[in-house]
Amino acid sequence: MLYLKAEKLDAFLARAAETRKLYVPVDSEPGRSSYREWTPGTAVSRGLHTTRSAKDFFFPQTENLAGFRVEDKKIRVIDPRAETEDFAVFGVRACDARSFGILDKVFLADPVDTYYENRRRHGLILSMSCRRPAETCFCKNFGIDAAEPEGDVRFTDDGDGWYLEALTEAGKAFLDPLADLCEDRDPAGAEAAKEKTREIVDRLPLNDLPVGKFGGGKTKELFDRPEWAELSEACIGCGTCTFVCPTCQCYDIRDFDTGREIRRFRCWDSCMYSDFTKMAGGNPRLTQKERFRQRFMHKLVYFPENNGGEFGCVGCGRCLASCPIHMHIVKVMKRLGEDENEQ
Amino acid sequence: MNSETLIPHAVVVDEVRADTPDVKTFRILTREGGKPFDHIPGQCAMISVPGVGEGMFSITSSPTDEAYMEFSIKKCGHLTNWLHALEPGMEVTVRGPYGRPFPVEDELRGKDLLFIAGGIGLAPLRSVIRYVRDRRENYGDVQIVYGARSKEDLVDYEEILTEWMSAPGFTVNLTIDRAEEGWDGHVGFVPNYVTELNPDLAKTVLVCGPPIMIKFTVKGLSDLGFKPEQIYTTMELRMKCGVGKCGRCNIGSKYVCKDGPVFRFDELGELPDEY
Repeated sequence: MLYLKAEKLDAFLARAAETRKLYVPVDSEPGRSSYREWTPGTAVSRGLHTTRSAKDFFFPQTENLAGFRVEDKKIRVIDPRAETEDFAVFGVRACDARSFGILDKVFLADPVDTYYENRRRHGLILSMSCRRPAETCFCKNFGIDAAEPEGDVRFTDDGDGWYLEALTEAGKAFLDPLADLCEDRDPAGAEAAKEKTREIVDRLPLNDLPVGKFGGGKTKELFDRPEWAELSEACIGCGTCTFVCPTCQCYDIRDFDTGREIRRFRCWDSCMYSDFTKMAGGNPRLTQKERFRQRFMHKLVYFPENNGGEFGCVGCGRCLASCPIHMHIVKVMKRLGEDENEQ
Repeated sequence: MNSETLIPHAVVVDEVRADTPDVKTFRILTREGGKPFDHIPGQCAMISVPGVGEGMFSITSSPTDEAYMEFSIKKCGHLTNWLHALEPGMEVTVRGPYGRPFPVEDELRGKDLLFIAGGIGLAPLRSVIRYVRDRRENYGDVQIVYGARSKEDLVDYEEILTEWMSAPGFTVNLTIDRAEEGWDGHVGFVPNYVTELNPDLAKTVLVCGPPIMIKFTVKGLSDLGFKPEQIYTTMELRMKCGVGKCGRCNIGSKYVCKDGPVFRFDELGELPDEY
């Protein structure tokens, strides 16, 4: 089995960056890391807890959908799409790696979102097992194994380097020309490293969420629960949870006049915002309670109902770390997961 | 590159008809003079004025109107103000069709149909009504109960008088909210009128109008003995993408843009009351 020593990482990334853009997590300030394009000398973060997820590379915060020029009463429609350059995202944790399966169910469902599909086709996911999960991590609740992330190439971290496995054809095509930078090692070492990760994850404090109380078909039980009022009471509707979320995919479409043409762009939107569902004739989600409820019902009930039971949350913990009022999906699940007669 | 549903096509506004003081009907053609695309009654399309915005509108013409596509649009916001300022020959963009239509070739075949509309709620039903009139042999009797605030607010009034009232097997019952000079028809709200008319319980109902009208009409129908399985309506919530991805038009687990806009009332009963 291929094994990459830590001191060979720079050479590995340098070679990989010859054929594609490469994004790696970098410690941007104490306790935080973010994805940056790799250039020679870039120090890769071993913490891997990026403030924002790798979603941004496939579903950017803003992008142009179409352009228009009005010439002589006629509208010329401009298709701005071009093939994306090949790129790779390194150090994607198991939670984020799973999030692409969730985003795929939305964007690749008929009719395919070709902007997203283009980036999925050109973007490689180089995933990595977790050695240092945070106390806010709870991926295990959703059946995610932090030791065996999905992706195109899996890096299994043993503390001194990584065992490498290509999981897809694209991953194999990427890895083969880099094999000479690696050495061959007994796969038993990879298994031991995975077990180590599982031991660490098993000690995390949020492993026993009442997941069974949620899922498709639970709308009637959960929608009118009185706890929503109390849970949402302090929510200021800032939308931070939706922006750091690797699976949130709601978007807005707007037009902007550049002076030369009208650009139709999409940008991330949030169900937490008061005008998200506002119409000329009224708003079906009038208060923050309804908007708050929508976010969690979508992740925990509506999405699984429409997608074979898969939850719309991967337990990455970013919303726990970033919410200014410390309200988040774990508290929601714990509170609503209590039997009503226990209260 | 594959085709992308979010990139619209430019089309020509061929004709603008002022139906009421705040409703206009727009006839849309491709630049070559043809129909932009085919649809099934109940489906919608996204119309935009570049630089102003894009919105979802029901297609009010029938698939049997083979030469053109029409939209009846009420002036009630930013985009619709712009649309109302359009003149023939100007262009807009369109994309679609979107959504689940009325089951005109399935459950509605062979049925006696009762259409109930209030105000601009006639727009989506007009597509079905014209379709049924053009394929008369496939459907039973047709009753249309339509109400508006006043006589001048009745959309498609000319078409109702000259085409629908004389169509074989068609009965049309019009009502306006308040009595006015020159109106010798029924006066009163649609829900009460439907109850007064006491329609046959074998009919299949298609209802559309303001939410409050739909609510009271369906309650009245239910009191008369109609079952939710017999009643169809078409919903409207804010939309951006039209294809179930932008995430804002859901009622529970259903997206109005793709799982609707047409719903049967027994289906709506399964969804949370958030619309």
